[in-house]
Amino acid sequence: MTDLDRFLATFLNPAVAGQYAGAIAAGVLVTIEVAVAVLVTGLALGLGLAVLRAYRIRPLNALIVIFVDVFRALPPLVVILLAYFGLPNVGVTLSAFAVLWLVLSLVLAAFAEEIVWAGILSVRKGQWDAARSTGLGFAQTLFYVVLPQAVRLAIPPLTNRAIATTKNTALGSVIGVGEIINQAQTAVAVTGNATPLLMGALAYIIVFVPVLILAGRIERRFAWRRA
Amino acid sequence: MPAPILDVRALRKSFGPLEVLKGIDLSVRPQELVFLVGPSGSGKSTLLRCCNRLEEPDSGSIRLEGVELMDRACDLNAARRRIGMVFQGFNLYPHMTALGNVTLALRKVLGKSRREAEEIGRAALDRVGLADKAACHPGELSGGQQQRVAIARAVSLEPTLMLFDEPTSALDPELVGSVLAVMRSLREAGMTMVVVSHEMRFAREAADRVVFMEGGAIVEEGPPAAMFTEAQHPRTRAFLQEIGR
Ligand SMILES: Nc1ncnc2c1ncn2[C@@H]1O[C@H](COP(=O)(O)OP(=O)(O)OP(=O)(O)O)[C@@H](O)[C@H]1O
Ligand SMILES: [Mg+2]
Repeated sequence: MTDLDRFLATFLNPAVAGQYAGAIAAGVLVTIEVAVAVLVTGLALGLGLAVLRAYRIRPLNALIVIFVDVFRALPPLVVILLAYFGLPNVGVTLSAFAVLWLVLSLVLAAFAEEIVWAGILSVRKGQWDAARSTGLGFAQTLFYVVLPQAVRLAIPPLTNRAIATTKNTALGSVIGVGEIINQAQTAVAVTGNATPLLMGALAYIIVFVPVLILAGRIERRFAWRRA
Repeated sequence: MPAPILDVRALRKSFGPLEVLKGIDLSVRPQELVFLVGPSGSGKSTLLRCCNRLEEPDSGSIRLEGVELMDRACDLNAARRRIGMVFQGFNLYPHMTALGNVTLALRKVLGKSRREAEEIGRAALDRVGLADKAACHPGELSGGQQQRVAIARAVSLEPTLMLFDEPTSALDPELVGSVLAVMRSLREAGMTMVVVSHEMRFAREAADRVVFMEGGAIVEEGPPAAMFTEAQHPRTRAFLQEIGR
């Protein structure tokens, strides 16, 4: 057996690929499910917290800042392990899927809050002045004038962070969520062959390249000529 | 004498230890154009911003057509929509078209339908000579055009008083004329206006009264002809000569 043959047999084994294509495909579906759920709840929660923070209610803002800093500081893997193996000890038992969804949502929310808040702060004060001088109230000014601008500014960092967080769905493999990497690892363990991992990598590319293209589209769609 | 549109009494405002308005009395009659001048830092912008409580005064009285804006019970948003404000930096909403800028408050504050708001908005844009720019975003307009949209945005709410804070200071010289022309036409239509500006020619021909402020107080006021030629106070004379040159 030449080196090349050995390489091909290890990473590009047709028999193994055929046997586990179905499992990887099932993993892709789980990954997409978790990713979509995390994007929806994480971005919504982050946006909501940034809006709350704009009201500048002191005790509430302190809590938001603590939440944001904690979830940005901790490695998501640590939080996932803590939640999955720790929470049952205090009587809360969540499925592995629920833990992964919840933790990644909170992580994304923390980063999204910070990004949108920075966007709100970077809208010039004159925008508030102009809107309030026409009789618009605080909430009207926030929602019609300031947030649309803040979100536009936030979209490039937000898409980056959203992609990074959804890729962290791979961490679900450590607590047994049947996503792409979990399926691939199981297959590798059974066959002793690396082909399923390569298939997993390929699956990520197939799933995420369209997402990247979509993100680029969104960024361009929301850019506008500045004054 | 008719009742004043705006009547400011003993208005005080400090930023920390810095007292910026030291008891201002200013009364503006219907259809009057008051021209407010003074050195940088004398408190002109702060005075204008206190008139609609964009800046919160420490004490004093502000009456708009007899209604006290410093009352706790005063509906500030209702009062503000009757005081149009134009800023040095235009402050147009960059994510909206010119028409969107004008119609936002018509719809959300006055509660007009989209159709009605757009009708009023187009008329307001037409009035400032920008009917053909309704669909443009601020970034596609010149500074002069942006400022005229900002004026249309304020005027469309049919305010009883317009405040202008250096409306032409951020403009290239060749664009100043178009904005002053709009202000002149407003005046001819009987709008009551308070204008902070360095456009002394405009003051000479359009103002009813020139008010000179310094160090947070009104030093002297009078008709432009008198103020420019025979001001009583030496500081006033020195200032008006300096910028009138
Ligand atoms: N938000 C603020 N916080 C602290 N100090 C302020 C604030 N706004 C204005 N000031 C100070 O108050 C004083 C008066 O400012 P103001 O802007 O009213 O002057 P102005 O007459 O409009 O001057 P200019 O001709 O330069 O526009 C200045 O010393 C300024 O630094
Ligand atoms: Mg000023």
